[in-house]
Amino acid sequence: MKRKFDIIESTCVPLPIENVDTDQIIPARFLKATSRDGFGENLFRDWRFDENGNPKPDFVLNNPKYSGTILVAGKNFGCGSSREHAAWAIADYGFRVVVSSFFADIHKNNELNNFVLPVVVSDGFLNRLFKTIENNPKAIVKVDLPNQTITNVTTSEEEKFDINSYKKQCLIEGLDDIEYLLKNKKAIENFEKSASK
Amino acid sequence: MGKTLFDKIWDSHLVDHIDNGPDQLYIDRHYCHEVTSPQAFDGLRKRGLKVFRPEKTVCAPDHNIPTKNQDKPIDDPKSRIPVETLEKNAKEFGLTHYPIGDPRNGIIHVIGPEQGFTLPGYTIVCGDSHTSTHGAFGAIAFGIGTSEIEMVLATQCILQPRPKTMRITVNGELKPGVTAKDVALYIISKMTTGGATGYFVEYAGEVVRHMNMEERMTLCNLSIEMGARGGMIAPDDVTFAYVKDRPNSPKGEDWNKTLAYWKTLPSDEDAIFDKEIVFDAADIEPRITYGTNPGMGMGINETVPDAPIEPSARVSYLKSLEYMGFEEGEKLIGKPVDYVFLGSCTNGRIEDFREFASVVKGRKKAENVTVWLVPGSRNVLQQIKEEGLDRILTDAGFEIREPGCSACLAMNEDRVPAGKLSVSTSNRNFEGRQGPGARTILAGPLIAAATAVTGKITDPRTLI
Repeated sequence: MKRKFDIIESTCVPLPIENVDTDQIIPARFLKATSRDGFGENLFRDWRFDENGNPKPDFVLNNPKYSGTILVAGKNFGCGSSREHAAWAIADYGFRVVVSSFFADIHKNNELNNFVLPVVVSDGFLNRLFKTIENNPKAIVKVDLPNQTITNVTTSEEEKFDINSYKKQCLIEGLDDIEYLLKNKKAIENFEKSASK
Repeated sequence: MGKTLFDKIWDSHLVDHIDNGPDQLYIDRHYCHEVTSPQAFDGLRKRGLKVFRPEKTVCAPDHNIPTKNQDKPIDDPKSRIPVETLEKNAKEFGLTHYPIGDPRNGIIHVIGPEQGFTLPGYTIVCGDSHTSTHGAFGAIAFGIGTSEIEMVLATQCILQPRPKTMRITVNGELKPGVTAKDVALYIISKMTTGGATGYFVEYAGEVVRHMNMEERMTLCNLSIEMGARGGMIAPDDVTFAYVKDRPNSPKGEDWNKTLAYWKTLPSDEDAIFDKEIVFDAADIEPRITYGTNPGMGMGINETVPDAPIEPSARVSYLKSLEYMGFEEGEKLIGKPVDYVFLGSCTNGRIEDFREFASVVKGRKKAENVTVWLVPGSRNVLQQIKEEGLDRILTDAGFEIREPGCSACLAMNEDRVPAGKLSVSTSNRNFEGRQGPGARTILAGPLIAAATAVTGKITDPRTLI
């Protein structure tokens, strides 16, 4: 799932619900797989399908009007369980960006570690974006990682977003934390030596 | 300026800092279960790596395991495979592993402290959000994702942005019938489900000081339910007494030296926290939840609050009540219940079984409820027998099962059917958490016991 990140322009999938927990993103009974693949088909499983596996027509992922690589969600997205399977499901389904006004800490790290970009916007920006998408499901959002800006193209509203420069570089260059840590092994061994004194 | 407990431990584990980036933190203890680890071990194999410090990782299966007939193979292959995979990985990489049936097996957050693997001053991680439990010992303990598990296995380090610090003080004395779970659910409902996101919380005050270790673990366990990165409590004589003479705690001269260090850990008097919150114990009643996140809670005799006015919050709130089948202004006390679950890393310790048994004693299980009593570990199960609690419980018509995560997240057979109402001592009332369509009310062991003997939501103070 490693891929380089630059500028993404896409239509959006709106999910204007607050406190979406990772149990909703991927329910526990689907965590029995021992690989990272294929979680996308069960993304939002119980909101998306009924108990017989038939798509629920009122859920946004089943609405043909909405598509794209940007998920726009209500505040406190990804709270609850630490399961990285939630980030795998989001990435595997095809999302590359999640926009919300607030993310839970562990899930935010998990998204970043899977090259999905969590973009934190203000409540006002988020609410106006939901409105824009409601009025026009084909509305485009542009996410520019190098410049750290997000633009609601329809209204031209633009906002800066935060990301630490280390993680930004990782996303742009397609590098992960383990590669960084492995290169820093000497420092770890030195730390162990001084700690044991 | 003085330092907080958190700062002291974090700073002493700093290996490196990346400019405009995260800290590189050394990890003393890594716990590992079967659900979130297989992909991390695969990652090591793909990169051709060994586990860097195998003696610092402890593995045990807990999420998928059945709570009956643990001497037999697991029926469901989907559950059996991850359990077998953990065993295989532990063997291949040379890690400590307590398999099903081993006298040391149980929920990873219960057995870590029991075995003395959790110690004050430690940094502790696990691919599980309830790792915050171990903060009860004055440790920095937090949940991580699978990519981060791979980092720890490969380098014994993790890259983490430094969280802000918050102190939550609970002053005064708890009223009779109010448990640590009630304190936690009260704090979470005041803070809301995301109110402590970005913070590491230290719990303090008279109420916390008077708690035993089991109660402190319950409190710290639930920190993640208000979004906190973790929760912790300064180590004191209660902590040291619990830790002493555990199989893996320091012994002899080593103990004396370590103890002297632990005594330096509590926050300095002039330490400054990024945020301070104070609560009064007198305001805390036995609590239940009414919605689909742990922040949606109320006193057991209160009514379901009205929906908020703000449009997006309102939509989410009403969706939640619809799922639960409750209405604004409704009283939940006296409502018939279908299931009761005592267990989990939140309330599956001996103290929880003592509390449950204290209400049940001399009463009978209500006929309309299915009750699962699931100890957090083999050790807890053993202690239940030694204390004779098993007799009280079986005389009342209950059955005690074998240890595991069980109905907390229903990855085994212990699943609440769609539409059924459950009173659960676990940690999450999310939609479908105890099974697709299941409706969960979170509560402490006393309420669970009162409900199990009356068949309806009952204030335990009317029975004590």
